[in-house]
Amino acid sequence: MNLEIILGVLNRAMAYGTPLLLATLGEVYAERAGVLNLGVEGMMMLGALGGFVVTYLTANPWMGIMAGALVGGMFSLIHAFSAITLRANQTVSGLALTLLGTGIAGTLGRNWEGKTLATPIRPFSEAFLARCPILVRMIFKDIDVLAVGGVVLAVFLWFFLFKTRPGLFLRSCGENPSASDALGINVWQVRYLAVFFGGVMAGLGGAYIAVAYRPAWSSGMTQGVGWLAVALTIFSFWNPLYALVGAYLFGALFHLAFRLQVLVAPELLNSLPYLFPIVALVFVSRLAFRKKLGVPEALGKPYKRGETG
Amino acid sequence: MIDVAFHSVTKRFPPHIVANDGVSFEIERGTVHALLGENGAGKSTLMNILYGLLQPDEGEILVRGKPQKISSPREAIALGIGMVHQHFRLVNTHTVCENVILGLRSTSFFFPAEKVRSRVHALSERYGLRVDPDARIWQLSAGEKQKVEILKVLYREASILILDEPTAVLTPQEVEELFRTMRAMKEEGKTCIFITHKLNEVMEIADRVTVMRQGKVVDTFSPTSTSPEELAEMMVGKKVVSVVPKRSVSSKAVLELKGVWAMGDKDLPALLDVSLTVREGEIVGVAGVAGNGQKELAEVIVGLRRVQRGHIFLDGRDVTLLSPRDIASLGVAYVPEERSIGLVGEMSVAENLMLRGYAEPPFSQGFWVDWNKVEAYSEHLIARYDIHPPLSEMPVRLLSGGNRQRVILARELERKPKLVVAANPTAGLDVQGVEAIHELLVRAQEEGAGVLLISGDLDELLKLSNRIVVLFRGEVMGEREKVQWTEEDRHSIGLVMGGIRI
Repeated sequence: MNLEIILGVLNRAMAYGTPLLLATLGEVYAERAGVLNLGVEGMMMLGALGGFVVTYLTANPWMGIMAGALVGGMFSLIHAFSAITLRANQTVSGLALTLLGTGIAGTLGRNWEGKTLATPIRPFSEAFLARCPILVRMIFKDIDVLAVGGVVLAVFLWFFLFKTRPGLFLRSCGENPSASDALGINVWQVRYLAVFFGGVMAGLGGAYIAVAYRPAWSSGMTQGVGWLAVALTIFSFWNPLYALVGAYLFGALFHLAFRLQVLVAPELLNSLPYLFPIVALVFVSRLAFRKKLGVPEALGKPYKRGETG
Repeated sequence: MIDVAFHSVTKRFPPHIVANDGVSFEIERGTVHALLGENGAGKSTLMNILYGLLQPDEGEILVRGKPQKISSPREAIALGIGMVHQHFRLVNTHTVCENVILGLRSTSFFFPAEKVRSRVHALSERYGLRVDPDARIWQLSAGEKQKVEILKVLYREASILILDEPTAVLTPQEVEELFRTMRAMKEEGKTCIFITHKLNEVMEIADRVTVMRQGKVVDTFSPTSTSPEELAEMMVGKKVVSVVPKRSVSSKAVLELKGVWAMGDKDLPALLDVSLTVREGEIVGVAGVAGNGQKELAEVIVGLRRVQRGHIFLDGRDVTLLSPRDIASLGVAYVPEERSIGLVGEMSVAENLMLRGYAEPPFSQGFWVDWNKVEAYSEHLIARYDIHPPLSEMPVRLLSGGNRQRVILARELERKPKLVVAANPTAGLDVQGVEAIHELLVRAQEEGAGVLLISGDLDELLKLSNRIVVLFRGEVMGEREKVQWTEEDRHSIGLVMGGIRI
């Protein structure tokens, strides 16, 4: 019985947590390269719209997922251009990206408002699950292949970031770009790629919401998940594995908010996943300050050759 | 065999600055070649050109006899040229090995750092660059960080090594180690180009020296045929006269610290049981490698940092928990380590000069500021402290480092303080700027002020101080008082700076 509850919560955490996980992984990479992108929510909204529309028109959800990722990636290049090439203030540029993204998605999506998808991404089939062991069956119930892909991706991205040469170079650009530049790493190229990857992942997360999680379109359907991703990036100490744990924790909180409605005021419960990052951030920022954990040293600072420190 | 030759290299920074003006000289293989000059003489610009960070407007560079266009550090590295910058370019959170292989595409894709450890170790043995290959950079001292920088260059098999003011952050012992490494490299036929403005270092290590002044080469020659005084004159363009500080001191204490404890920025104890006295008309030097509590010591005295335990007395009065403003009004002047703290860059010289007295007459009458008085006062100080250019309304950020420092000193010293707390007041200044600041500090001393001079430059302390204490990991060590300091004092203070108790 207890195991059943735990597996049930894990199952729901996976369902709710996947879009958050995808977006967070992208933001972890962008910030590890030194670029703060507060435009996650905007990129997710556009990714969601792109994914929904393409799926609606082609009846192929995988085309939709790819389109969403591509839209998110292209859109992130606006931020990359202003933050990396023009060396603008990254906070302002990122906020503008979110406003722009939600605005565009709202306007372009007006004609699709309330429409649903006939061909969403389906969970694992009963036939497939029936062949699996009981534990796997319970965890994967109503779960789709993309959610599993998110877990695999988190592990892969962790390995890539900490155990490979390109990962080392990427982290160096976020810690000390002038050191990296002096040793012949192309800081601009690395940062552009990282921001683009962040956009792709945010778009993927958005598209996942619109094509798999809730296969319908309504403006504002990402419900602040993009902001949660920004908070979770910090909460996870810029580590893809912690991002996985964190995303599922948030997912579980969403689920609990739903389950406990009979006992506690639903307004309070609904705000839990949003209160949680605030508490987490206060806690984490103190800890990070003390132990010098995580924070990429050059995060948010534009790089210009010839300026030291 | 000529390794590097500059042929009338010119570099302009529009609109007005000509950083290098027709620079020509040659550097021989297997030598230590010093590049001597004041700030702004164009040494660093020239080396940044050689390292591909800047492009010359005219002229050419020959590397091993062949004309080369070096358009990025990557190309310089490919030509066997490596550079150790004045400000270390290391990734603090990475290990030594990870820093060494940064940017190298030839290293293995997976677990790159683990695969190079043995080679890094072999290199550090060979050149006397002892440092733990798995340590993270933030755990290392300045001297060790510099070793990592040199290891980076050697790992890339550079045969020409550029060192940009490498001794600025080192203890005397670490300087000796560095010189040993440079000699070992020379023996293997490698070439060291050594940028400096310290004359005794040129005399000690350099085979050849090129003196630069205002973007031009004055001369290239062997330092054995010259004296430090001659070098100084060539570098500055005129005779340099040093101030001589007062050597007799009254017995009345201006400042007393008794068992002071304080926390650093990271909530770790930065000052441990510090006791210290500064008497009237005395310059007390605080030696030590940066980061051993110097900043915290200055801040505690002027009231910017809270004292956890212990007491501070000013003229016998307990000022331990007074506000910075109250402490200043009791006659404490403060010349902070970072000039950006001491000045507001966007504000004018006149405004900066009245920052201490803005709320009191004659500048302020109740609500209003009397700008005519401010203007007159500012012009008076500009003349008295020789601030260039002599323009009251000029934003401070447009002044040179030396002149910015004069603005701070003018503001602080004009109030006839009882105590001057100066933290690295001459950091980054050239020989003439340093002399001017020393003169002002000695003037304050002669007028009866006690001066607490915190400096990373031991030579400066030996020149000015009546008494020297060493700060090491927040503790006061090796206090001594002298009328004339000797080479042995220099050596033993250097040892204490490295944490060796004598």
